[in-house]
Amino acid sequence: MSLNIIVLAKQVPDTRNVGKDAMKEDGTINRAALPAIFNPEDLNALEQALRIKDANPGSTVTILTMGLPRASEIIREAIFRGADTGIVLTDRVLGGADTLATSYSLAQAVKKFGNYDIILGGRQAIDGDTAQVGPQIAEKLGIPQVTYAEEIIDLKDGYVIVKRRLEQGVETVKAPLPCVVTVNGSAAECRPRNAKRIMKFKRVVSPSEKAKLDPEEQAYIDARPYLNLQEWGAAFVEADPEQIGMAGSPTKVKAIENVVFTAKESRRIDNDDAQLEELIKELIANHTIG
Amino acid sequence: MANFYTDNPDLKNHLSHPLMQKIVDLKERGYSDAEKFDYAPRDFEDAMDNYDKVLDIVGDICANTIAPNAESVDHQGPRVENNRVIYADATFENLDACRKAGLMGMAMPRRYGGLNFPITPYIMAADIVSRADTGFENLWGLQDCVETLYEFGNEEQREKYIPRVCEGETMSMDLTEPDAGSDLQSVMLKATEAPDGTWRLNGVKRFITNGDSDIHLVLARSEDGTRDGRGLSMFIYDKRDGGVDVRRIENKMGIKGSPTCELTYKNAKAELCGSRRLGLIKYVMALMNGARLGIAAQSVGVSEIAYREALAYANERQQFGKAIITFPAVYEMLSVMKAKLDASRALLYETSRFVDVYKAYEDIEREGTKLDKEQKDDLKKYRRLADACTPLVKGLASEYCNQNAYDSIQIHGGSGFMKDYACERVYRDARITSIYEGTTQLQVVAAIRHVTTGTYSAMIEDYATQPVSDELKPVADMLAGLAAKYNEAVEKVNAMGDTTYTDFMARRLVEMAGNLVMSWLHVTDATRYASESMTKSAKIYSKIAQAEVEKHAEFIANFTPDQIDLYKQA
Repeated sequence: MSLNIIVLAKQVPDTRNVGKDAMKEDGTINRAALPAIFNPEDLNALEQALRIKDANPGSTVTILTMGLPRASEIIREAIFRGADTGIVLTDRVLGGADTLATSYSLAQAVKKFGNYDIILGGRQAIDGDTAQVGPQIAEKLGIPQVTYAEEIIDLKDGYVIVKRRLEQGVETVKAPLPCVVTVNGSAAECRPRNAKRIMKFKRVVSPSEKAKLDPEEQAYIDARPYLNLQEWGAAFVEADPEQIGMAGSPTKVKAIENVVFTAKESRRIDNDDAQLEELIKELIANHTIG
Repeated sequence: MANFYTDNPDLKNHLSHPLMQKIVDLKERGYSDAEKFDYAPRDFEDAMDNYDKVLDIVGDICANTIAPNAESVDHQGPRVENNRVIYADATFENLDACRKAGLMGMAMPRRYGGLNFPITPYIMAADIVSRADTGFENLWGLQDCVETLYEFGNEEQREKYIPRVCEGETMSMDLTEPDAGSDLQSVMLKATEAPDGTWRLNGVKRFITNGDSDIHLVLARSEDGTRDGRGLSMFIYDKRDGGVDVRRIENKMGIKGSPTCELTYKNAKAELCGSRRLGLIKYVMALMNGARLGIAAQSVGVSEIAYREALAYANERQQFGKAIITFPAVYEMLSVMKAKLDASRALLYETSRFVDVYKAYEDIEREGTKLDKEQKDDLKKYRRLADACTPLVKGLASEYCNQNAYDSIQIHGGSGFMKDYACERVYRDARITSIYEGTTQLQVVAAIRHVTTGTYSAMIEDYATQPVSDELKPVADMLAGLAAKYNEAVEKVNAMGDTTYTDFMARRLVEMAGNLVMSWLHVTDATRYASESMTKSAKIYSKIAQAEVEKHAEFIANFTPDQIDLYKQA
């Protein structure tokens, strides 16, 4: 049985490696100081998708990501790990979206994509930590959702059986296809990039990246369809301008405060960068922040 | 994300050596594979970019999977159940990661499913894997046995076995026996030909690394009644056929994750690889040369981790109100460790490039293309250089990594003696490198003829003609004077014409040659790559070399043959 599998992925700032330059004066994230990475739980979702593909030869794994044009970077990474191709949903008018506008935009892209059997995504992204986008997409598409998935146990006869990791234990559920499954960080780690795949697919580009190459290189890529990604805009996915970007985002940031911890135990650290850096790392490690 | 390839700029420098153009051009034969394989490079730059990207994967897996697993593998180790080896749990994870990443059969041609990598980037991967887990490097690195199967097996055998190795099946080379260690001519494992042309193996092998592998290369006595190396042939044993049991595994001091097996062959079916009687004298020699380069890479990885652990600790540990790295006794040790590490690595890649050139020529010949006179001479030149450098780098890099592992613990002080720090494992893992695949003493035996016949002297002369940065000019001048002392010592020993005297002095002479060659490599590499850290290391290493060469020169100058009697034991 060959399946059409969509994996929702997001390029995020690496908040796990926060240093002292992570925030700007105004309290917003200083993206320049943080490397852009593949959202970790989306990699867990990709692994589940690739396992479904392994068990169902002939299946296709397509990465769908919304973001800046450079989000094609994570599609390439996914392809090196085993995905087949990808779509970057990118458009100026999509910018500034909250989870509602994001899920609407992505749902529109999924509708445009058409024939799909299952949609997988990470539970949440490490920049926003909302865990809302996956479930909202399911709602907008009118299909079932399974959250906190740890393992796709089986997929056959139009159903998927999923083990969920919940606070108090595990639960195994069965859902009809198509559905949305959001995958937990406790699921199997994603397989590594593969040597042959990285050599074969290293020239994969989106249309906007291809446009910047010299004509000879463009011809080389045109001759190899597997090197071409798709790039979709808001109009292409027939998105209602009222429901996307800033306009479609009811979430408004009222104020940003720096959290000041007060604790019974205190510890004195000297005012130097190295010690501050150490403290930040420690607080992230014990999940106080991050 | 941590990455053991990208966090070490020296690796990229070594990979960018100008000789790589020649190596890759020879290896890719006009880049014609690009027509047939979608992952083949279209030109030199493309190939180099491929190596870089694949090494990035190696560095990633090593930093994020293999290194974090090293401690648990060391503690758990493998075990034997029902005559089969079961690896430590995390070893399975490591192997799985390497297989999924497609890092097996890296140097094999693409038509068998390999990556067609030259030896140099493959050896670089070994260097990186060893830093992550020295014992695991064995399991992964035994893939280079397939090189021997490729070179000497027939087409049917290549088609049968090489794709399986590329898919991730592991290998072993079954050479050692209870009474045949360094002296492989005494191998007794009996091979008898069956009427159908296949062979049956009977007997015992000992100290076989990864002895429960999927595909074994076995040295056995095929010629009844013979007692020496000319009665030995090489066989391929396929585990799928059965007949070889693991009787026990050794309880070792280090590289505990790598099972060292005692094997019993009970009428095990095997195929002859290559021609009868050439098992030891031709094939095992080739196998060992490849394995020795692998152990040299493993040693460099050990030096790397030993140095890094020591450096981190010395920065962090405070005594007398400051970090211990600020004390001369400590920073001197660290600088010397780094100099030895860099020296070993410089010679490792110099050697791997030499091997690459001659092997690529040999492969062109094997495919039926005649080499012209110039190419033939080139092949001979590089084979000689490879022959000279392989024992040199195996011997010296393994000794240096032991010294570095020792100093790493010393810098950790009492904490280094505890199981809490990695340096303790590194120290145990290091110890085998100067023993297996030929002890240092045997490397000296292989290297000494290149002392007496002048291969090293010619290399040193050639290095002296290469460009040197202004900053390193004084070092180069010093080295020129030092070479004269080495040549003087060689002349004295040669003039003596006494083999016992030569054997007695061999270690010293080989070390002197190594000191000089590595100093020059340091100087020329530092110049070529305009590397500050290499320049620093070049200066420090050449100081060590100066003291060492003069020490040995002095010893040899003042030593008369009759004094050997003093040393004789019983």
